[in-house]
Amino acid sequence: MSRISIQLGDFDPGAELAALEAFGGGGVASFTGIVRGDGDLVALELEHYPAMTTVQVERIVAEACERWPLLGVRVIHRFGRLVPGERIVFVGTASRHRTAALEACAFLIDWLKSRAPFWKKEHFAERTAWVDARAEDDEKAESWQR
Amino acid sequence: MSDLTLVYFAWVREAIGRDEEQVERPAADVTIGAFIATLATRGAGYAEAFARPEKLRAALDQHFVPLDSVIGDAKELAIFPPVTGG
Repeated sequence: MSRISIQLGDFDPGAELAALEAFGGGGVASFTGIVRGDGDLVALELEHYPAMTTVQVERIVAEACERWPLLGVRVIHRFGRLVPGERIVFVGTASRHRTAALEACAFLIDWLKSRAPFWKKEHFAERTAWVDARAEDDEKAESWQR
Repeated sequence: MSDLTLVYFAWVREAIGRDEEQVERPAADVTIGAFIATLATRGAGYAEAFARPEKLRAALDQHFVPLDSVIGDAKELAIFPPVTGG
């Protein structure tokens, strides 16, 4: 059972974890990404490719479900303007086994970072800058390649 | 043959000054990379957006593909920088 939301608004990680626990698997793992207030960052602006984002995240979730015995997967990715301290992304997995839940969660966030069509722009007090993709993020994603 | 829809994101979109446009479809065996090189001649914004092909990524009909892929009969070509979500 997987649920994917690409949304402007905030989410409640506690409610999401409770929903994953309700699968009754015995193990739930999650990752919550939060905007860091690096330097004089005022806001982060997330752009995405609406016609592709959900279907691409579905492909990534399907890959996770093929690799690990998961009872439930929850992915939430926000877009729009976010200020430091705001949540950006949530990945949660439920499984009967901790290894599957933990590994699938790590896989999902690594692939979301390098294989989902989102772009971040940083707004500072005096300037803006598009965030460059990091080679180490690509390497992390590649490391899951079979 | 129908037109090809181009969609742009992030600094590619900003340099070109639009997020979407319809263009005349190239021959089916033209690669995305070769097509981008011709788009670069459309104006200053295009030249800037497409100056460094190694910084560009693409999707054909909402599937990521390498720039040496042929456009074929795709309806939509998206051109953008490497993604930075998560």
